[in-house]
Amino acid sequence: MGLKASDYKTPLFVDWCPGCGNFGIYAALQMALAELQLKPYEVVIVSGIGCSGKTPHFMNVNGVHTLHGRTLPFAIGIKLANPSLEVIAAGGDGDGLGIGVGHFASTGRRNVDLTYIIHDNAVYGLTKGQASPTLQLGLQPKSLPKPNVNAAINPIAMALTAGYTFIARAYAYDVRHTSDLLVQAINHKGLALVNIQQPCPTYNNINTKDWYGGLDRVNPETGNPNPRIYKLAETGWDPVVRTADEDLEKSLAALKKAKEWGDKIPIGVFYKNELIPTYQERISRTIPFYATSPPAKQKIKDESGSPALVMEKWFKELRV
Amino acid sequence: MTGKEFNWMIGGPQGSGIDTSANIFGRGFGYGGYHLYGKREYHSNVKGLHSYFHFRVSNKPVAANVNDVNLLAAFDAETIVRHIREVTPKGGIIIDKSDLNLAISEIRTLPSELMKLIMKNHGSKRTHKTIIDLIEEAKEKETRVYVVPFLDLLKEVGDEFGIEKLSRVTRMKNILALGTTFGLLNYDASLVEKAIGVVFREKPGVVKMNVSAFNKAYEYSKQNFDDDFPHKFKKLDIHEERIFLLGNQAVALGKVLGGCRIQTYYPITPAADESEFLEAHEVFKLQSGNGAILVIQTEDEIAAVNMASGAALAGARASTTTSGPGFSLMVEGLSWAGNNEVPIVITYYQRGAPSTGLPTRHGQDDLRFVIHSGHGEFPRIVLASGDMKECFFDAARAFNYAEKYQMPVIHLIDKAMANSTQSYKVFDLSQVKIDRGEIASRDDLQIGKYKRFRFTDSGISPRAFLGTKGALMWYTGDEHDEIGHISEEPLNRNQMMEKRMKKLVKAGEEIPSEEKFNFFGQEETKNIIISWGSTKGAILEAMELLRKEGFNLAFLQIRMIQPLPSNSIERILGQAEMKIAIEMNYSGQLAATITEKTGIFMDYFILKYNGRPMTTTEVYEALKKILRKNAEKRQVLIHGS
Repeated sequence: MGLKASDYKTPLFVDWCPGCGNFGIYAALQMALAELQLKPYEVVIVSGIGCSGKTPHFMNVNGVHTLHGRTLPFAIGIKLANPSLEVIAAGGDGDGLGIGVGHFASTGRRNVDLTYIIHDNAVYGLTKGQASPTLQLGLQPKSLPKPNVNAAINPIAMALTAGYTFIARAYAYDVRHTSDLLVQAINHKGLALVNIQQPCPTYNNINTKDWYGGLDRVNPETGNPNPRIYKLAETGWDPVVRTADEDLEKSLAALKKAKEWGDKIPIGVFYKNELIPTYQERISRTIPFYATSPPAKQKIKDESGSPALVMEKWFKELRV
Repeated sequence: MTGKEFNWMIGGPQGSGIDTSANIFGRGFGYGGYHLYGKREYHSNVKGLHSYFHFRVSNKPVAANVNDVNLLAAFDAETIVRHIREVTPKGGIIIDKSDLNLAISEIRTLPSELMKLIMKNHGSKRTHKTIIDLIEEAKEKETRVYVVPFLDLLKEVGDEFGIEKLSRVTRMKNILALGTTFGLLNYDASLVEKAIGVVFREKPGVVKMNVSAFNKAYEYSKQNFDDDFPHKFKKLDIHEERIFLLGNQAVALGKVLGGCRIQTYYPITPAADESEFLEAHEVFKLQSGNGAILVIQTEDEIAAVNMASGAALAGARASTTTSGPGFSLMVEGLSWAGNNEVPIVITYYQRGAPSTGLPTRHGQDDLRFVIHSGHGEFPRIVLASGDMKECFFDAARAFNYAEKYQMPVIHLIDKAMANSTQSYKVFDLSQVKIDRGEIASRDDLQIGKYKRFRFTDSGISPRAFLGTKGALMWYTGDEHDEIGHISEEPLNRNQMMEKRMKKLVKAGEEIPSEEKFNFFGQEETKNIIISWGSTKGAILEAMELLRKEGFNLAFLQIRMIQPLPSNSIERILGQAEMKIAIEMNYSGQLAATITEKTGIFMDYFILKYNGRPMTTTEVYEALKKILRKNAEKRQVLIHGS
């Protein structure tokens, strides 16, 4: 019998606010792992600091709850030491796009084969609602004493220019769709970003569930809301780069699509390119046995406890 | 007469091959059976500013520089200006003919304060004073001056190899300086040719050209300077197998031997050389099959330390390497590693601080910083090596400490070791063992049973690596329970704090004394020196000089700063009449730490913080003042250029 979604839960009390978008992401993550039938001991969820940082404790897989903004460096260290592990990094928008934005960009350059989820609610929840890097210029959610003076970072556009090879946006309250995207991201060969739009019912009283769902702009004739969220796949969008020479065109199209915000918010896969070698493949060019004998799996001593390394050649080079 | 000891200095603009010539010089003498010690001084600059190498060669082991320069080989005028006064009476200067008529004021790279000082020192207010004027003054002290037409010799080399453009051969000025040097010393040219072959082994064409340049200068020197220079050296009949290495190479070797398989770093002087050396040797032979170290250049030191922690959690022996500014960025990660009992090794190359400070110069300013860095109280081990050999063995051993006691280990090195070279008898590796500490047993690993932070009597919880079948584990920077989940409960908090902290006590009890400190001399000696780090060589040599004059001193060299071997220190210092702290910093940081832990105060301080390592000569002089009872409590050393 296979593992069920609920097998990926710990019995801990989940202490997010009622209605938090994290619940949707949490459910989607369990569904995705169950769909992939990943063995819990082979999965590592790495998080940063913030409400989303607690995710690993609620998941019945290995969890590494790290420092604010440092989710990716920890995740990369784990993955490169033992590439057979399935490493999923999950952090907030403040974590990955504010304090950790340098790592966000640098990680793109490496294309390490891991999945990075950003919980994007445009506020710093755990510190009581300050503006996060994805809050649009001029908005004033309820904790802000005055409207936001900073323009918003566009994570999709930034990921494109930084070198992420799978870039998707999800919406936390569409759990099925989010789970599908997570499955694709985990299966992707290379670095995958899933930026998840997530209402914060406590502090973001602007980008709410109703706002995403378009309840503020109901058609007076039909009485139907006009949702802002729509799925790229339903528009015939093709994100996949199949040959090197179509990369520029697909990248530019995705960049253009990434600029859509406000009236229409696309979700789904913006861009996917498996032609770029992963960091692991790049390492293997000079360390051919890396995949089978990565740093965490190498024999470093013999039975007597003596080092496995043969030092003669090193000394020979330094001999006088 | 065949010499016993010789001090050579080669200087010129940065980027002109100083290092290469020093390497060849050292190897040339090394092949002849001589012992070697050499230090490199350079500016924080890529090309053009002054740089030099000060080499000491002896038929006995040498471990530091002395003030003397017996022969100064200059390939620019600035070297003459800066170092001429260091040349011993009856010593020599090799100078390029085309530099002779240069006015000192024309040397654009000389800082104005130095220019003024030089004018003052040479008793002249004239700004048009030239190199010839300096040379004439030196000749009055019987300094020998060997003027070599470098350009003419370079042209000859160019002609021989069909190279018309002089700029393509000017780089070989350094080899001409070497050729002239060895000609004066009447040393076996074939040994130096061998060294040239080894240093340029990947470029056979370059070897040929350099050997030719070397021989042209060697012959020129023999023909024109005859037997004028009093120092002569010949090959010794020695058959001991020796290596000649830099401090950063010693650390790199120790790390791979000790099982380090992943190293992260962000470029910083003087730490980066170690990582580059490792990367150039990333694949290596194991007893069966091959191994490799993965070297990752990160975007910053924050990523470097945390990536290393991630790798350590997955079960690799992991390390990062840095200097002061980089370590400052790492301390939040250090605190996380301490809280999560992560066995990472941080190699810390100290340099002159604060801030960017003296980025390419020496200092040991950071002892107090590394024992307290990071918010909160958590255990860490701090090692301080005193020479290249200790660098090697400590680098290997650091991983054992880290894994056995499950805590970060900071290995303090300094610029003086990182960029200095020394020759040693090939290290005996039989004492190197790998101990990975307590690893979770099968019983620990039953599904649902494993507790990463299980309370035990020793405070050490058996470790499982991420990905271990049957074991799930959680880590968090928050205070956590035995499983690794967040806990803010007061009782758990106390238990966890005590669990972590008692590991340090255990480490202090279990680690043998010989790995914590060295004691040189007799315990009943009344005058005891306390020091740490690369001052070791100069102190031991100064003690030997003083012993010959009838002054007895002992030396307690502390190698483990944390946990500090306080009991041993109390026992040894308790009976001393005079305690002398020698440190490369302003305040005497080890002395203050000892006072804090033992209540023992030092009687004298010999301190230095001008960015240049202590020489044997100045330590000897400072100690002698103390022994003759005519020293201030605090002496500040100033030698160096």
